[in-house]
Amino acid sequence: MNLSQTLLGVTFENPTVLASGILGITASTWMRVAAKGGAGAITTKSIWLHEHKGHPNPTVISTEHWTLNAVGVPDAGPEKAKEEIGAYNAQKPAPLIVNIIAESVENYAKTAEAVLPFHPDFLEVNISCPNVEDEFGKPFACSAPVAASVTAAVKAVAGKVPVFIKLSPNVLSIAEIARACAKAGADGFTVINTAGPGMAIDLKSRMPILSNKVGGISGPAIKPLAIRCVADVYAATNGCCPIIGTGGVHTGEDAIEMLLAGASLVGIGTAVWKRGMDVFQKVCDEMTAWCDAEGIKDVTELIGGMHKVISKR
Amino acid sequence: MSCGHCTCKESRLPTTYRIAAVKKETDMVTTITFPVSLGAKPGQFVMAWLPGNGEIPMSVANDDGKNLRITFFAVGDTTREMAKLKKGDLLGLRGPFGTSYEWKEGEHLILVAGGYGAAPMYFCAVEASKNGCSLDVIIGARSKEHLLYAEEFRKLPKTTVHLATDDGSEGRKGYNVEVLKELLEKGMAPDQVFACGPERMLLAVSDLTAQKKIPSQLSLERYMKCGYGLCGNCTVDPLGIRLCVEGPVVKNETARKITEFGNYHRDELGKKHSF
Repeated sequence: MNLSQTLLGVTFENPTVLASGILGITASTWMRVAAKGGAGAITTKSIWLHEHKGHPNPTVISTEHWTLNAVGVPDAGPEKAKEEIGAYNAQKPAPLIVNIIAESVENYAKTAEAVLPFHPDFLEVNISCPNVEDEFGKPFACSAPVAASVTAAVKAVAGKVPVFIKLSPNVLSIAEIARACAKAGADGFTVINTAGPGMAIDLKSRMPILSNKVGGISGPAIKPLAIRCVADVYAATNGCCPIIGTGGVHTGEDAIEMLLAGASLVGIGTAVWKRGMDVFQKVCDEMTAWCDAEGIKDVTELIGGMHKVISKR
Repeated sequence: MSCGHCTCKESRLPTTYRIAAVKKETDMVTTITFPVSLGAKPGQFVMAWLPGNGEIPMSVANDDGKNLRITFFAVGDTTREMAKLKKGDLLGLRGPFGTSYEWKEGEHLILVAGGYGAAPMYFCAVEASKNGCSLDVIIGARSKEHLLYAEEFRKLPKTTVHLATDDGSEGRKGYNVEVLKELLEKGMAPDQVFACGPERMLLAVSDLTAQKKIPSQLSLERYMKCGYGLCGNCTVDPLGIRLCVEGPVVKNETARKITEFGNYHRDELGKKHSF
């Protein structure tokens, strides 16, 4: 069973990707996740053009079914990222996806320019964070023309580095947004960012638990939402652009479902707390066992599988 | 909610409890007793949440199966507000999280406590005493009024308490690690040394016990957000381990592989700061 594939010129040993914002601070963590944890690729947390403070604790809370986070995208800026990414690139056991975020179309391009010298394999553009709305208003991912203008601005400076747009599920039509971004030059999509935002209230104090009151929802509860969004984006773009399917993936079977919906790679985030830093290896082992039992020889046979079956009916 | 791995009641969502008791240890230090046990083990921590204010990681100062206790310094906005709470007020908890100190029945342990590190060390002493361990406890503080839990330690069986203050106002003038060094040089041969306190103190204990080839366990502290291994804020170089899951208590062999140990730590943005 072959789990490796080459996408847009980058070879991935397996389809699992550390999702942005999870364990995403230091080179030594990425090294552990990639070299020992089995991740097929690493995504950095979102990098701003300038230092950006996050929200105070509580910032992350979970139950078995869901995780709510409003960390608030804290980051020390490109200079700090340079040090960590440089240390990772010196060994680089797996491809590196650098995630960027900004508060204006112009600064998306500037942030892309600031991180391009760090040699990212892909750029992932976070236009969909739901927990900085108080600061910046509705995410760019909620408007097709705005999402397209961010895409075009980053593409204009990205050169040969493939640009993935990270989409929000919190829209009326993710297909419309994806089509607009694809038309503006997007090379791929990360689908989805966290859902919501959601809220959890402490009963006795009657207060919201997160200091930001609301936060993005992730974990097992959002997997069906993510699967539908991946399927929508794949169909809307005729499978032209690789998708990193992200949202609630915990097991090998979850990952296979993502591939069938149209993903080429599978982002794993929240599952890290439940299954450990080697969740990537566990998911790969489970995928291999399932594929062996089904007689599937190559992971690429699965990509968009649902659409292929439907179209034949 | 159970974590699914053991019998503890680890929860990742805070629950608020009505405080059972509040005790002022010193001007700056408060102990809060909760009307609940979380099945915490010595060395583990909880996230204490003051609704509408903030959430702080804190070592468990005791959990006897009925009541959990935290002891903290009022040093920041949130802990200053927590210090004003009274019996019956609400305070949230989630956890317990992380690793704990480990010993075998009947061992001779030296516990080195610096500052509010005395609280988790006391919990450790209580539990180790139940296992028939004999204890030498070395408590260090800036001055007499900052010494914590000295009387409580003295009430434990087979326990000798040694005190050290920076200004000499009680016990030996100087650092607690100097007392440890003297005890070891006089020929005391404990099975293990446990330490909790400021990182420079931990580094000194690490160096000394490594040199003397005595096993030791140290409680390391880094900026924490989630507390259960997701956000990555508390990972340490170059191992990339999370101190909220693979720590806070680490064996000295592990601590000595952590190159940032005693050198630097990262803030909430991931920026490095020297100790």
